[in-house]
Amino acid sequence: MERVILHIDANSFYASVECLYRPQERRYPLSVCGDPEQRHGIVLASNALAKLRGVKTGMAVWQAKQTCPGLVVVPPDYQLYLHFSKMLREIYEQYSDRVENFGLDECWADVSNPGFSIEDGRRCANEIRNRVKTELGITVSVGVSNNKIFAKLGSDYKKPDAVTVIPPDHFQDMIWKLPASDLLYVGPKTTKKLRDCNILTIGDLARAYTPMLEYKLGKNGLMLQAFANGWDRAPVMPTTAEAAIKSVGNSTTTPFDIKTLEEARCVYYMLAESVGARMRENGFRGRCISISIRTADLYTYSCQKTIDVPTNITSEIAEVACRLFAERYQRYFPLRSVGLSCTSLSMAQAPMQLDMFDNHAKREKLEAVDSAIDGIRRRFGNQVIQRGIVLAEPAIARINPKDEHTIHPVAFFAG
Amino acid sequence: MYCDEMRPNENKVYVSVIAHHRLDGEIVPLRFKAEDGPAQHIVRVLEWCPSHSLKAGGQGMRYTCVLDNGNTIYLFHDRKLWFHEK
Repeated sequence: MERVILHIDANSFYASVECLYRPQERRYPLSVCGDPEQRHGIVLASNALAKLRGVKTGMAVWQAKQTCPGLVVVPPDYQLYLHFSKMLREIYEQYSDRVENFGLDECWADVSNPGFSIEDGRRCANEIRNRVKTELGITVSVGVSNNKIFAKLGSDYKKPDAVTVIPPDHFQDMIWKLPASDLLYVGPKTTKKLRDCNILTIGDLARAYTPMLEYKLGKNGLMLQAFANGWDRAPVMPTTAEAAIKSVGNSTTTPFDIKTLEEARCVYYMLAESVGARMRENGFRGRCISISIRTADLYTYSCQKTIDVPTNITSEIAEVACRLFAERYQRYFPLRSVGLSCTSLSMAQAPMQLDMFDNHAKREKLEAVDSAIDGIRRRFGNQVIQRGIVLAEPAIARINPKDEHTIHPVAFFAG
Repeated sequence: MYCDEMRPNENKVYVSVIAHHRLDGEIVPLRFKAEDGPAQHIVRVLEWCPSHSLKAGGQGMRYTCVLDNGNTIYLFHDRKLWFHEK
């Protein structure tokens, strides 16, 4: 049975939703941007008019305004985008039970059925495109092919509001002339490495001498060559609403540069509150605690530590993170952003090997405290109860990482 | 009255609604009232389907309603809010 896979990408998702909700502003160049005062001041998405005038995703707000005078800058409304993302998925699920999210605005859908050809896929894609346009008021571009990689290439091929079919039997004419950087997983660094080997297009990559690719790029080289030849057999993983959680983490760009250990402690406690609360909410304990930092000159470092007893107690997570930080990263001040995550998760109800010399009575008390705090926050909000250490920095205390800083990245190899 | 989900603009009128929540889970509006306007009775709902409003800016379940004054309007149910186009 021939596979028919769609990749559906909502065009300039955040900006399209904002334009839909802002009839007065949609005729001007518009960008959805983070808050410069919170130092999240970059362009997250722009409408077609803004793109036309050179505004690019990731630009600083001031840069975007300079590039495009008269640019309308609006703040993001993640709750609204999540709502739209859910509605998009509901539409896709009417066509297939195998729908895999790739971020908020992209999905793969496997619509293969016995007797269902790639042309039927095109019809299906057009129907989805029209429905999204009339029901939700935003546009999508759809790629249709027999594998996920080409389907994604197809959705990027023609935008907005378009369907592109990459026929499995003669895809070479269509995509081998495209630059290698169009391929999924070929970022700026890989592009440079490929260019060094005189590999400029996807076709060059497909025909390259395999041992040389492996030598230059390791096993990723083999993978990319397989992608370029359409040998991708990865199934569309039906991601149910609760995908298998492998780690729980949060990071935040702080409103000001972190320059002292006290400030760093304060942020780690705040992040640990969020990570701990989310682990408890989902019934997990974690054994491996990792911290990451980004310095003011944008270098990123990370390290991790495995602890003896899995935990979801906020103060334990925070203490491990702070100790790790104090040992490793003090020399990197000032810091722009810090992150904290827990991996090696196990179920909270699972039996646990106890340590004879550990103070279990104290841990049980801490767990009770955490669950009481969670209850209070659930009823009255995040700011109602806070740790004393966080109050030392009021600007940091105002951040609510659990609700505001949870992002939705999904890796291609997730699952 | 204002809530976080509201995106007011000059073409959009938020209204309070009295509706029939049917056994099958469908919601059918019966009457609505803008904050500073009179109550409007809906004589008939001709159809409802998910749609968007380019004029008022928004998206949701769109009810095509015939009012007792003979006019037909689109009433939108966007998440927890109701609005119609001006």
